[in-house]
Amino acid sequence: MAKDIEPVGLVFKPMDQFMVTPLFGDGPINWYTPTNVTFWMGLAILCVTLLLVVGTRRRAMVPSRAQSVAELVYGFVYRMVEDVAGKDGIRYFPYIMTLFMFILFANSLGLLPMSYTSTSQIAVTGFLAMAVFLTVTIIGFVKHGFGFLSLFWISSAPLALRPVLALIEVISYFVRPVSHSIRLAGNMMAGHAVIKVFAAFAAILAISPFSILAITAILALETLVSVIQAYVFAILTCVYLKDALHPHH
Amino acid sequence: MEGDIVQMGAYIGAGLGATGMGGAAIGVGHVVGNFLSGALRNPSAAAGQTATMFIGIAFAEALGIFSFLISLLLMFAV
Repeated sequence: MAKDIEPVGLVFKPMDQFMVTPLFGDGPINWYTPTNVTFWMGLAILCVTLLLVVGTRRRAMVPSRAQSVAELVYGFVYRMVEDVAGKDGIRYFPYIMTLFMFILFANSLGLLPMSYTSTSQIAVTGFLAMAVFLTVTIIGFVKHGFGFLSLFWISSAPLALRPVLALIEVISYFVRPVSHSIRLAGNMMAGHAVIKVFAAFAAILAISPFSILAITAILALETLVSVIQAYVFAILTCVYLKDALHPHH
Repeated sequence: MEGDIVQMGAYIGAGLGATGMGGAAIGVGHVVGNFLSGALRNPSAAAGQTATMFIGIAFAEALGIFSFLISLLLMFAV
């Protein structure tokens, strides 16, 4: 690679912010090394705990601001699980609530200047998506035994078409964890890289006011995107759960 | 010389891969546009279908994200 050529003019380094570095010292990174990713994930969990446990501790009849936000989020996710996964999906509500809150806070914390977006790492989102995929598959097989495989055998289609459709269904089933994880990581990574590209334009005096305006606008868009991506991750988990609970088309 | 050609090919491929995101943009716009045109005809039914719209957006967007991933791989991993 020709990366060691000295760059001339503008220096674009939009991907440098996704570098994983150890928190203490600069040794090799093993699976147990505390890195900046670990730190920001821990911070996200701390924020969720502060909002949901400490914020609602007083259980006031007239809720405080933190309590009403917590109640709002709880009600929102509860209704979503009930609508999409059905009444018997409510059992798995705690899992989906945990996923939603963690991703929401990890995304939002990444919007702070100088912070690190832990959900932009495919290692993080891939783990979340694989956990969802395995959970849903295991639930399907436990609930329905081999009847779960009727998810792939579409009985409403003409008989000649069914093997082809079964093949497509199997492929789309196994591509789920890939798209599930890359959607989140890709959205987070792309948005933050765009902010950094506009930040590099701010070094040119003539266009720096426009560049700063653009950064502000993109930050607003990213706030929206980080909430929507958390919502999309949670709602797709609900859809997969519904498939596992009711595999018959 | 040979490495330069390989890298040129990788960068051209990354640029071509990025055009795939335009397809995702068309797809997402199609989903939301049709949702809106339906919602304005029957606003009372719209609120219940917002979740379905987001699921549709997510599926349409996934393919654009795949092309973005290919571009990233060509830029930084090849």
